[in-house]
Amino acid sequence: MSIWINEGTKVVVQGITGSQGTFHAIRMAEYGTDIVGGVTPGKGGQEIELPGRVVPVFNEMSEAITTTGAVASVIYVPARFAAPAITEAADAFHELNGEGLVICITEGIPTLDMVRVISHLEKTPGVRLIGPNCPGIITPGDNGGCKIGIMPGHIHAKGRIGIISKSGTLTYEAVAQTMSVGEGQTTCVGIGGDPVNGTGFIECLEAFEKDSETQAVVMIGEIGGNAEQDAAEWAKDNFSKPIVGFVAGATAPPGKRMGHAGAIISGGKGTAEEKFAAFEDAGIYIARDPSKIGEALVTALVDAGLRDS
Amino acid sequence: MNIHEYQAKAIFRESGVPVQEGLHCTSVQQALSAYDSLGSKVVAVKSQIHAGGRGKGKLLSPKSGNLVMEGGVKVAFSRDEVEEYSSKILGNNLVTKQTGPSGKIVNNLYIESGCEIAHEYYLALLVDRESDSLLIMGSTEGGVDIEEVAETNPKAIHKQRFYPSEGLGIDKASSMAISLGLSGKSHDLFVEMALNLSSLFIERDCSMIEINPLVRSSDDRIIALDAKVSFDESATFRHPWRDELRDISEESEVEVRANEFGLSYVDLDGNIGCLVNGAGLAMATMDVIKMYGGEPANFLDIGGGANSESITAAFEIIIEDPNIEGILVNIFGGIIRCDMVARSIIEASNQTGLKVPLVVRFSGTNHKEGRKVLEESELNVVTVGTLGDAGEAIVSALGGSEE
Repeated sequence: MSIWINEGTKVVVQGITGSQGTFHAIRMAEYGTDIVGGVTPGKGGQEIELPGRVVPVFNEMSEAITTTGAVASVIYVPARFAAPAITEAADAFHELNGEGLVICITEGIPTLDMVRVISHLEKTPGVRLIGPNCPGIITPGDNGGCKIGIMPGHIHAKGRIGIISKSGTLTYEAVAQTMSVGEGQTTCVGIGGDPVNGTGFIECLEAFEKDSETQAVVMIGEIGGNAEQDAAEWAKDNFSKPIVGFVAGATAPPGKRMGHAGAIISGGKGTAEEKFAAFEDAGIYIARDPSKIGEALVTALVDAGLRDS
Repeated sequence: MNIHEYQAKAIFRESGVPVQEGLHCTSVQQALSAYDSLGSKVVAVKSQIHAGGRGKGKLLSPKSGNLVMEGGVKVAFSRDEVEEYSSKILGNNLVTKQTGPSGKIVNNLYIESGCEIAHEYYLALLVDRESDSLLIMGSTEGGVDIEEVAETNPKAIHKQRFYPSEGLGIDKASSMAISLGLSGKSHDLFVEMALNLSSLFIERDCSMIEINPLVRSSDDRIIALDAKVSFDESATFRHPWRDELRDISEESEVEVRANEFGLSYVDLDGNIGCLVNGAGLAMATMDVIKMYGGEPANFLDIGGGANSESITAAFEIIIEDPNIEGILVNIFGGIIRCDMVARSIIEASNQTGLKVPLVVRFSGTNHKEGRKVLEESELNVVTVGTLGDAGEAIVSALGGSEE
């Protein structure tokens, strides 16, 4: 088991004819992801050669879903076209399937576009958005697995740890940490570091709570906002599995945007210290150095009787 | 992207948000003719820099560091005072709560007609990340530090949420006016102003508008006495007019240069330079340096599309910081291959004549190859396996923790 995606998930790539789209479609197919087609307006009828298969390009999402039976889409289109691409996918999945998963990798989407998108998604219940500005989602399998995004597939292995993270490379760091103590992953979700985005920590925790294979979760936050505090508060009463937490940005100066659009301490709020304190208060195992996530995970698993040492 | 108050007020004027008459000046002479043409006996002489807290700031001589004048915003009651204040402001260094100790040289002035104030309010518009909506925030406690009000008297801050598709709307604008205790003429003028302000926020892709104070005048008009506007940089592609408002002299030269190479750079006060891929990992790298007793000199994310050229540029930017005593490179290869980074490091080190200790940590794609490239090179470099080891190694290379 895993959350939201598995080895059978059929995926359409929006922006597949662009350089990023083609590059990552090939990497995803290599990993074992079932890429069934692509969408680029005006390029319908073309074909794209991927490892082991040739997939069709469609003009519209609805056509792609009807023809291929896709249940998920991943977006690699440039920032200025990304918001319409998300709403098009959400509308098509909602209308045709009543549900769907839209993963937006694109960085630099205007914030007000995202405010419009999020309020639009209220009209498409059943459709889940992950991102934008995120590495995507991956469920490692027995042979390859399902990778929808830009993460290096080879660092992952199937296992029992769920990972949720606001940051890209720090997610990989967390994955490597689980591997360093002999643990694999059920699903890793990069939720992205933008101030206005789709799926948040709590929704991921909810899904991991229900997933019988996930036995512990690693949660990676960063400065800005209070999503981490809210998630910790929620987990207190609603999450039964051990969590290991890290927050990046303890040394970040206030008022400065640290790379991610959302990573900013404003008005003295959203500091790493505040978030670590909320984690501690919720009984979350803390790693203050990302290279100690593995160690903290072992302690958490041992305490829960899920590992001997 | 931030703009000056005088620029923000020009936008306000154009958008139907009432402001006093005012003129932008860059010399004492211009300030005096501005005073003459405004025809107001009392004017405000306002320093224009991209930072708040100007009124309570200190003007220091950039050469001697001596205090020239208290306060970067002055009310002048005569032509002589305009002359005195402008000459004490222009060319001097304004240090405020928000500029940091180094302050900012004031090159621009705004001379604005005075008005008789009956009450000062606070008003702000921003994107609320908790509710994924827009937020208008108002308080009857204007003219003071709003963060303090939020801390001591949160009930004095009134909020209304709205969406870009619908705009603020008369009902919410009116509720805000009523919360601020406005009635009659000032209520109606507030509603009109708030609607225009929210439209301008949406049309121009702002990330924040702050008016502190917004005032009710003795004749019951609503006037924005201050204006702080910042724009969402991700939306610049659809607002070419912003080019003209950009004041490069207000931005950090090195941060601007870094951006040109696709690098995300923030200057800090320490002595250990960092070069990292990914924003979260770059922050974590700084945190780990600090944890082992060192001080990071910068935040630097080389981004997912880094190449040999941008890595060389990143190295140059780090090395030209005179405080640098060591460099930590932390790469988790995904799309970026560690061996490519290794070759770029060698090239950049040769070009820049690297003289400080260098610690490199590679993980992910081609990390073994990357390490091998470095180890076989002439470069004086320590390679390590984890971020914790990297933090420890660079701090000990600099002689250990200062504590």
